[in-house]
Amino acid sequence: MKPLRAIGRVFLAFLGTAGRLTMFAGTSVTHCFLPPYYPRIMLRQMIEIGYFSLPVVGLTAVFAGMVLALQSYTGFARFSAEGAIANVVVLSVTRELAPVLGGLMIAGRVGASMAAEIGTMRVTEQIDALTTLSTNPIKYLVVPRIIAGVVMLPFLILIADIIGVFGGFLVSVYKLGFNPAIYLQNTWDFLEPLDVISGLVKASVFGFLVALMGCYHGYYSKGGAQGVGTATTNAVVSASILILCFNYILTEAFFGL
Amino acid sequence: MDQPKIELSGVTKAFGAKQVLTGVDLTVAEGESVVIIGGSGTGKSVTVKCILGLLKPDAGSIKIDGREVTGLSVGERDKVNRQVGMLFQGGALFDSLPVWENVAFGLLSRKQCGREEAREIAARKLAMVGLKREIGEAQPADLSIGMQKRVGLARAIATDPEIILFDEPTTGLDPIMADMINELIVHVNQEVGATALSISHDMESARKIGDRIAMLYQGKIVWAGDPADIDGETDPVVDQFVHGRVDGPIKMAIRA
Repeated sequence: MKPLRAIGRVFLAFLGTAGRLTMFAGTSVTHCFLPPYYPRIMLRQMIEIGYFSLPVVGLTAVFAGMVLALQSYTGFARFSAEGAIANVVVLSVTRELAPVLGGLMIAGRVGASMAAEIGTMRVTEQIDALTTLSTNPIKYLVVPRIIAGVVMLPFLILIADIIGVFGGFLVSVYKLGFNPAIYLQNTWDFLEPLDVISGLVKASVFGFLVALMGCYHGYYSKGGAQGVGTATTNAVVSASILILCFNYILTEAFFGL
Repeated sequence: MDQPKIELSGVTKAFGAKQVLTGVDLTVAEGESVVIIGGSGTGKSVTVKCILGLLKPDAGSIKIDGREVTGLSVGERDKVNRQVGMLFQGGALFDSLPVWENVAFGLLSRKQCGREEAREIAARKLAMVGLKREIGEAQPADLSIGMQKRVGLARAIATDPEIILFDEPTTGLDPIMADMINELIVHVNQEVGATALSISHDMESARKIGDRIAMLYQGKIVWAGDPADIDGETDPVVDQFVHGRVDGPIKMAIRA
């Protein structure tokens, strides 16, 4: 009976976590639409997520675009289809690479710091202190982060789109000897608004997921420094998995048959 | 007439299979200072968190000014908490805010005054705990533990509460700093005229700040009385705790 008991316990724990997470998400989203708001804190989070993540996301995008051009060239040269490289680069970057890789980088950078900060506040009783000082911790800590994530990620990913395409352009023109004007013309001709829009919608959803997981794991962390460490790891891992999972769902919704 | 400020009766609380409080009965009169003593893990903090509404007791009643406060809605609870100030064990200052904003946090969040006025009040409260105005501009992380406690104390009294709760005010401080905090608590208590409930395992501190001492053991108040009587107490539990003996009915949870 022992293995059964263990399976049952794991299953019940999973259900408990899923329920708690759903409640947390529901409460947080509801509070996003109810005043009071904390504009100063929201602004600080927006700068943290939008501005300070720019180098990380930009570097990710430029190298992703570059390697994509290089790899497609090796493949396409066999069919003399080198002309399609611009097409492949712009579609892959805007639809998938910029939002997904950018989202994963943000999960590592921002999700981790949110979990660590809120987790430390939990174990040092700062969250209890907020409650006793007439401040709802969900409104004060969680809502500004979620709104900042949802609003700022699309901007960040739009910039990543441009940088990623530029990376492909660099390799194509300076290494593979393409004509720059024709390359840009090809890029522009193949690009549909939906390609960019779908990527930005994904970015917004990923921003929500990263902020939600960072806040959730921080909020329920316990047990001192080790608990905060666990919360940070869980925040990054769960946000990354959810990003990949939701990426498929959203791709299916936008482009599925 | 003579309605207790805080009244707990039959408060129980369990975490999973662990029964922490098994029926706490305690009354604190208006203006009185009561100290709950007891070993680590006996539920002192849980008791205070139940009073603050941070935890919901499984059974029993908690009354503040004769009004039942368990099971209140968030809004109603907040109204009750407006008359309560709390000094947390580690200070629990918000690291992202300068000291003065920490002190004035309650005033600002309740919109009791503008930022400039709040800054003035914060400076006055900092002065009450013996800190200069310039400290207000510092970040909490730059202060020593003792200073953080003082700032925490200034924050607890910033809104002129009727009830102040102190969670282990002297833990982790050197004897001189601990005594200073004790003096401050007594002083602040008299000056603000508030009802105080402290939890402590420091007997010296308990004698100094308490008008009355209550001993929590196995989830119940087993003894309550005047600080002067505690030394002559024959109850073996109280006797063991007060004199800090290893042998006696209190068995510390020691893992092999």
